[in-house]
Amino acid sequence: MKNARAFLLLLCGVTLAAPAFAAPDESQIDRGHRVYDKWCFPCHGTGVGKPGTESLAARGQKPAVLEERTDLTAPLIKIFVRHGVLFMPTFRKTEISDADLDAIAAYLTRNNKH
Amino acid sequence: MRTPPGVSASDFAAAIEQFEKVVGKEWVFTSDEDIDTYRDAYSPLWHDEGEPIPSGAVAPDGVEQIQAVLGIANRYKIPLWTVSTGKNLGYGGSAPLLSGSVVLDLKRMNRVLEVNDKNHYALVEPGVSYFDLYRYIRERNLKVWIDPPDPGWGSPVGNSLERGGGRTPMRDHFGAVCGMEVVLANGEVVRTGMGALPGSKTWQQYKYGFGPYVDGMFSQSNFGVVTKMGIWLLPEPEAYLSGTVMVPRHDDLSPMVEIFANLVASGTVQATTQVATPLAYAPADPELTALRASGSIKGLEEYGARKNIAYWSISLPFYGPSKVIAAQWEYAKGKFSAIQGVRFQDGESHRFPLSADEVAKIADPVPFGIPSLQMFSVIGRNAVGHLGFAPIIPMTGEAVLEAQQVFEKVYKDLGSPGGAAASFPLFWYFGRAFVIIYLFPIVHDVEKNRQTRAIYRRLIKESAARGWGEYRTHTTFMGDIAATYSFNNHALLHLHETIKDALDPNGILSPGKNGIWPKGMRKTKA
Amino acid sequence: MRVPPGVSPGDFAAAIKQFEAAVGKEWVFTSDDDVELYRDSYSPFWHEEEDRVPSAAVAPDGVEQAQAIVKIANAYKIPLWTISTGRNLAYGGSSPALSGSVILDLKRMNRILEVSDKNHYALVEPGVSYFDLYRYIQEHKLKVWIDPPDPGWGSPVGNSLERGGGRGPLHDHFATVCGMEVVLPNGEVMRTGMGALPGSKTWQQYKYGFGPYVDGLFSQSNFGIVTKMGVWLLPEPEAYRDGTVMVARHDDLVPFVETLAYLYNSQIVQGTAALDSPLLTYRVSKGGGVVDLPGDISVAELERIGREQNIPYWSSELHFYGPAKVVDLQWEFTKERFSAIPGVTFKEGRSYRFPVELKDSDDVLRQALGIPNLSVFGFLGKTLGHMDFSPIVPLSGEAVFEALKVFGEVYHEMGVPPQNQFISLPWAFFPRAFVFLFGFQIMHDVEANKRNREVFRRLIEACAEHGWGEYRTHVAYMDDVANVYSYNNHAMLRLHETVKDALDPNGILSPGKSGIWPKRLRKARA
Repeated sequence: MKNARAFLLLLCGVTLAAPAFAAPDESQIDRGHRVYDKWCFPCHGTGVGKPGTESLAARGQKPAVLEERTDLTAPLIKIFVRHGVLFMPTFRKTEISDADLDAIAAYLTRNNKH
Repeated sequence: MRTPPGVSASDFAAAIEQFEKVVGKEWVFTSDEDIDTYRDAYSPLWHDEGEPIPSGAVAPDGVEQIQAVLGIANRYKIPLWTVSTGKNLGYGGSAPLLSGSVVLDLKRMNRVLEVNDKNHYALVEPGVSYFDLYRYIRERNLKVWIDPPDPGWGSPVGNSLERGGGRTPMRDHFGAVCGMEVVLANGEVVRTGMGALPGSKTWQQYKYGFGPYVDGMFSQSNFGVVTKMGIWLLPEPEAYLSGTVMVPRHDDLSPMVEIFANLVASGTVQATTQVATPLAYAPADPELTALRASGSIKGLEEYGARKNIAYWSISLPFYGPSKVIAAQWEYAKGKFSAIQGVRFQDGESHRFPLSADEVAKIADPVPFGIPSLQMFSVIGRNAVGHLGFAPIIPMTGEAVLEAQQVFEKVYKDLGSPGGAAASFPLFWYFGRAFVIIYLFPIVHDVEKNRQTRAIYRRLIKESAARGWGEYRTHTTFMGDIAATYSFNNHALLHLHETIKDALDPNGILSPGKNGIWPKGMRKTKA
Repeated sequence: MRVPPGVSPGDFAAAIKQFEAAVGKEWVFTSDDDVELYRDSYSPFWHEEEDRVPSAAVAPDGVEQAQAIVKIANAYKIPLWTISTGRNLAYGGSSPALSGSVILDLKRMNRILEVSDKNHYALVEPGVSYFDLYRYIQEHKLKVWIDPPDPGWGSPVGNSLERGGGRGPLHDHFATVCGMEVVLPNGEVMRTGMGALPGSKTWQQYKYGFGPYVDGLFSQSNFGIVTKMGVWLLPEPEAYRDGTVMVARHDDLVPFVETLAYLYNSQIVQGTAALDSPLLTYRVSKGGGVVDLPGDISVAELERIGREQNIPYWSSELHFYGPAKVVDLQWEFTKERFSAIPGVTFKEGRSYRFPVELKDSDDVLRQALGIPNLSVFGFLGKTLGHMDFSPIVPLSGEAVFEALKVFGEVYHEMGVPPQNQFISLPWAFFPRAFVFLFGFQIMHDVEANKRNREVFRRLIEACAEHGWGEYRTHVAYMDDVANVYSYNNHAMLRLHETVKDALDPNGILSPGKSGIWPKRLRKARA
């Protein structure tokens, strides 16, 4: 965990090279959207009182709303969810299963240019 | 593979195999990577010796699976640490107190079993979060409010068992519990209150049942695994308004608190209230900085009078029919007018239901029964996490002043910048007392966290010496705080231990929780 | 001399001698005349073998003496039956569940240790009566109200432990308990809540303390002897008013109770409302029943009579406490809410501002204004006593309909004529539920008492079949009532027994209380 945390801090603001992969199907993106709304939106959504969005904005990330990003990669998303970063805690598999996490990744990378 | 203390590697492997048979292989976690997700993300022991790390986690889905897991744990004497949603951050998150415990993760038990908007209650499982329950209610357009604590990702079951607080008239979460289902260490399923009556029609409508009322013994405890809980909800009120009372002088605190205590005990003020010190919070100019340093009360009062800054203030929330709450605020103003120089300011007001647009514009929706993570906007800025220190102090001006002095001295002695007075977060959440809620920043810095722990332990001692005790604490300090509740040679803790031994002879449930250890692990008390 | 079951006359004589050494000869009672005074004045077993008769009584004055008695009782395995003021009439008075028990009479411990009218609480010993506490408050001109139950000669400690109900905003008496001192069966003195912290400053201001919240374990139980208790008081309100709501049709009860539930759960209506029915009262006056009996005047017929003679079907007097303007507006709002029911009518009621000098001619329930009295016996005056059957039913119109039907079936099946059906419509003594109160008459007539006991037992069964359980009962029926709280093969009772055996291995405290027997006296369950 120590190493993972240090690794994450280095990663903040850095984008991992996006691996090439087949475009996920729409139903996977839909599922990801639902899981995102449940688990991520309360912190990373739009509107007032969204500390994740505010924190990313404060550190110069653009856009600060994750759903608007086109540079996130599935591995990066998974590292953040499973290891946490700053005040974002870890999320366990009983909260967000591996399959749900795949779906979130599909949703958040839906607009990436492959 | 890590093993629980006192359990052989082969026994542990056998137990894990049996856990897997019960809940399915994918719901038993033993890899380092998975175990890391159970560590306390806000641990004050971050990267330090003694950070408790679980040896595994098992996530049952249902009472029968829990019974089977407990049977296995009893057989191999495996310590389990129960979490509901595991979001008890600031107090230990999903990590156990005893390193090597297996986390009993109830997150999969996430069914909302009933919400009633005629009698205003919900029956939920432990894995249901405040967000889940809120969504369920909104989707069905039911006219009831939940009462989320500041971060809404936790669970009504877990938060009520920890006796947490919210912001609406249902703020005392344990006070809103009505009926539980509990799996005891021996695997027996007990329903409390009216639930002990088969086919009961009032399990969520009358708390006490017949005979001893036992619900409280499952709060902040390790006597059972709560698998269902009834909680009372608030009928959606017609309206809300808030008003702030501001008084100019240091000594105005006593009459201000006395009037407030009367409003609270009479039910005129019904929801969580904060007492603030605007002169301490005001942006500092050189003059104010000098005055603060000098500690001159008179100087501060004069400065406040000149700049129109109150010495003390209190914000009063009112919920109910719009005309009624307006009259309550008028009445409160009338009462506080006995204090010379008092000023009043009308605050937010709303009529319910709020439209989606209105909700989106409210920075802090928690007082309106809407779960949020907004609090991290404030405390997440400069820290990785937080640690709560929360002593209960009497609801009197004298006690507040004494507490301010005592805690400021501790901060100064231990070289903490800022001092306590600069942030003196004094709330009314519960009963007829105040609670101070200090949130210490947890950082990725072993030395700083050590210093924080030293301050924390000193605060516990200084509080106890003055007759103040904490209502709840982080796992790291449970032993310290339990030790201060020592009347008559720790008689209450002895009672807990006697009950613990009778109900859980193998000591499998959450060893060390709130200072209660099973027989084999008990240290002699000083 | 009578001896406790299983105790030899020699041992008992030795114990009595030691009791005398502990409390003084004059405070140990063994003569027939003296022991007679501890029998239940309202016993349903008048002149029958089964009547519960103690073997003796011992009255300590202070914790040390209580501890000494407990130690002697342990040495000789003498069952003690604890009473506070011994005025638990209708539920057993001062008599034990087990004949031959020695009454532990705490009446001499009658000190009022503190009353705060700044934080609104009292700390009292068990022998203090509501009258005593009221007098103390009056003499010291304190601005607080107590909440007496209907007969005011009982004790706040005893009544709260029995989870009794009053009439004012603090009517749920157990909910107002804040901090206890308990002598455990092993003689240890323990303080609960914040009292576990030596020198605590908030023992009466915050209930829960740290770790398991155990106060409930000592209510309706035999796990300890409560020697001090904190009870919350109501700040004297500015005003009181009441008003009556009346609806015309039978089926109007459903929206009527729904509205009532909303108002209660929103804390707009406070105190204890009783459901009333002028039309059912009319039916009773014609020799019919409150409950539904075959051949009685039908609902349709009653509604017709109601229309012709302008008699409402249902009504309830609602109570408001608080600032004068607020209570007026609460009543206005209440009327507005009820106006959704077509044909609803209202009657303006009483209105007081405090402090008030009541005149004898003032027709107001004194206890609803915090004034203890014995006026309830005016209603019961023609009988020798009463015995209460008190099931909790849901706070809904449908539940009331069903209950009246079920009770009617029982009465019909058992051939009880309407004049012997001692039932009133339900009350809102406790939050979020209704409780029916049946005041069975006690007579000096063995046959009539026998018959009443049969009806009582049949009612317990019939209620259980419908998911309703009693909140409290007479010592004669404690086993019967405990027996219907049987979920999962009596898991709740077995939990109580496990705790009992752990805390009181010799089974000396109040054997049989609420159906909890110590190991050596436990009967096998069916």
